Amino acid sequence: MIINPWNIAAALLTLFILSFLYKDNPLFRFAEHLYVGISNGYLIAITWHNALRPNLFDPLGRGQYIFLIPMVLGLLYFTMFVKRISWLARLPIAFLIGWGAGVSIPAYFQANILKQLHGTILTPQSFQPQVSSGIWATIILIGVVATLTYFFFSTEHKGAIGRVSRLGIIFIMIGFGASFGYTVMARVSLFIGRLKFLIEFFRALF
Amino acid sequence: MKRNLPLLICFVSGTVMVVQFFIPHPVSRDLYTISSKWFIVVSAFALVLAVGNLIRSHYNKLKRRLEGWPYSIVTLASLGVMAVIGLFFGVKADSTFQKIYLNIQAPLGATMFSLLAFFMASAAYRAFRARSLEATLLLVAAFVVMLGVTSLGSFIHDKVPDFAEWVLKVPNLAAQRGILFGIAFGAIATALKIILGIERGYLGGGS
Repeated sequence: MIINPWNIAAALLTLFILSFLYKDNPLFRFAEHLYVGISNGYLIAITWHNALRPNLFDPLGRGQYIFLIPMVLGLLYFTMFVKRISWLARLPIAFLIGWGAGVSIPAYFQANILKQLHGTILTPQSFQPQVSSGIWATIILIGVVATLTYFFFSTEHKGAIGRVSRLGIIFIMIGFGASFGYTVMARVSLFIGRLKFLIEFFRALF
Repeated sequence: MKRNLPLLICFVSGTVMVVQFFIPHPVSRDLYTISSKWFIVVSAFALVLAVGNLIRSHYNKLKRRLEGWPYSIVTLASLGVMAVIGLFFGVKADSTFQKIYLNIQAPLGATMFSLLAFFMASAAYRAFRARSLEATLLLVAAFVVMLGVTSLGSFIHDKVPDFAEWVLKVPNLAAQRGILFGIAFGAIATALKIILGIERGYLGGGS
């Protein structure tokens, strides 16, 4: 690693944030506020270069005046500061919410229902090339049905449904545990990455 | 008018987006492309409002000399500098903007999120107790996965990583899939309620 002002800044700020492990302190708060400011500044510039310029100002410059509609719609947000016409701010919100809801219906249906159903269905091919893959597929099918039964509240969980629902809890608990473990390890991996950077930095420094 | 016009816009934009998905025609695809550009533009204006709110909040803190006001100077100055550099000097790969991103923003974000490992571990230490079968399963699954993705797992036994992978790919997948189905049906039902005007929370209060 070559020591330069950028590396020094990165190392110092990493140490500032890690100082929070001892206790809240001015160095951590400085780094925290710097992060908020820089992230928002980044967002402004990226929004201009990747969203507003190519999708609004460039088309308007080419004479595509239909793009005046989203511009006017966007500007209506600012009417919320004028009490008399503040209701107009609902129009862009309604467009965003409606568009998002409309796009999400087929998207959710395709990705989260059809694709997942396709992956859960058990066929003779599930047992090929290895029988074990078929057994795991059977366990997955049982787990999915049991989990769904646990979340099915239209019938009281008694008798057979109660037993399947109990099996569902077992699958859910294993799932939560595995997700927790995986998330912790992802954070630990980030931490190892930062420590590796600091070690390389101090090795290069001294 | 004040409530019906937004409801109408929501209904039309939502319905058109659902219908266009099922029509594989160039006109339908163009409609999607253009409307998604509109979506990006309108969202960008919402971002202006959000950043404006952040600036106003820190400016008020600064003006009234509230607790921690010097840090607001850091936020406002860094926001201004980053925005000006990005807007006027470009965001290309070798630009100062990208150098700030790679050497300040990215390390700050990575370190901030890595701190969560400690808080999650301490919370787990306090909360996880093998008092019932369910809690024991959660504990064991978490332990197996954590052990399996580190070299310590294979050091203990060469089958530990395989078992961790099996836990992730079989029982975990079954539970996640079941939950995913629930989320999908819930999201579709909510989206339908929004489009049909049954769910009107986004309109806020007032007439």
